Amino acid sequence: MGNRGLSKRIIPCLDVRDGRTTKGIKFRNNVDIGDPVEMAEIYYEAGADEIVFYDITASHEKRGLMIDVVRRVAETIFIPFSVGGGIRTVDDMRETLLAGAEKVSVNSAAVKNPAIISEGAKRFGSQCVVLGMDVKRVEKRKDVPSGFEIVINGGRTYMGIDAIEWAKKAEDLGAGEICLNSIDADGVRKGYDIELTRLVSESVKIPVIASGGAGEPVHLYDALTRGKADAALIASMVHYGSYTIGGIKEYLNARGVPVRMRW
Amino acid sequence: MVTIIDYEAGNLASVARALVKIGQQVEITGNPENIVRSQRIVFPGVGAAGSAMASLKKSGMDAAIVEAVRAGIPTLGICLGTQVIMDRSSENDAQCLGIIKGRVLPFPGSMTGDDGARLKIPHMGWNRISILKSHPVFSGIEEDDQFYFVHSYYPEPDDSSSVIAVTEHGISFASVIGDNNLVATQFHPEKSGRAGLRILENFCRWTV
Repeated sequence: MGNRGLSKRIIPCLDVRDGRTTKGIKFRNNVDIGDPVEMAEIYYEAGADEIVFYDITASHEKRGLMIDVVRRVAETIFIPFSVGGGIRTVDDMRETLLAGAEKVSVNSAAVKNPAIISEGAKRFGSQCVVLGMDVKRVEKRKDVPSGFEIVINGGRTYMGIDAIEWAKKAEDLGAGEICLNSIDADGVRKGYDIELTRLVSESVKIPVIASGGAGEPVHLYDALTRGKADAALIASMVHYGSYTIGGIKEYLNARGVPVRMRW
Repeated sequence: MVTIIDYEAGNLASVARALVKIGQQVEITGNPENIVRSQRIVFPGVGAAGSAMASLKKSGMDAAIVEAVRAGIPTLGICLGTQVIMDRSSENDAQCLGIIKGRVLPFPGSMTGDDGARLKIPHMGWNRISILKSHPVFSGIEEDDQFYFVHSYYPEPDDSSSVIAVTEHGISFASVIGDNNLVATQFHPEKSGRAGLRILENFCRWTV
């Protein structure tokens, strides 16, 4: 029997604002489902290996809404899930983990203050701390030798930090996993940035989740084989009902990618 | 009633929620007296062996857990809880509870998979178990069921008869161990979907 060892994970990502998913998601009978808890349950039943919630709530006062979502999700699904977005301090991490998330992901907060990674890892364990990285392709230059630069603010602010260096540094600081998002590929549905994914994955020992650009199953195949990613994040390709998680897994399994086929 | 041991090593709420989901009443306790009087024990944990043992010793729960297991109370170890029941862990070179003879070892630094790619540590994600000894707690579990792991160390019992199942990650390691009324998983049944809940249900029905 093939497929020995760790499976590659398929991870749907839900954007949440003020406690609701941002886009009404069309399922089966074109019913819009805006409740993140209900959506998480649907994906849990559909074979998701993990779920990522990305909180884009703008105001800090409304953060409690996300915590409430986390608490209800934790009572509903029994697979790991992580929360990113509003995590700015170690106390934010603590609150989110106590509410029931398995992991928290830090992105721009870690770029501005890398110590949040080491403090979080020390306090809660590396397995709880995911580094989210937003990356854009640029001309290779002295401070960005790989030609992949860290950006924040949705890609509007260039940080002068090389993505590969940052990934290694975050690993040293105690990050347990990297969620690697290509801003260039994001939303275009033409596939993940395979070169970026492979470069980062080969530079660190911790698992790497490919993110940004998935539009069809072959894109996941590429990221998980040539890109050497350990997991692949998907959004619109399942949210709009074009593909199912089960269908994507069938596709990967038939091509020799180890995936979890019973759920 | 299932008693969950609380020793400031995280993850208790997830285990409690999963047990509630399958209809169990749950008591979370850090009191040694409650542990020795319990009907059924879950010993979870996430974190490092050294600080976990320090916390267990400080509260006197180390002796209570050993006593409860010796007294025959059905006990389920999970992840760090599974490692701490061994003699000794290489993580922080920690002296552990010694309920099962053997050590806890780190995965080798550089392992490669069948495709030559470097295997990641921690071993994080879904993997299979190969059951070597049929066990009531694993009744109904099939070869293709997978379980959620997050760990960099694994238990290695001296006596191979304590190994219930093994898993492959570069090496083959003991992913389920146990003796008599004790069964312990390196993976997280509370985070392993339907198959994981099945194991918790089986454990709650298990009569030794």
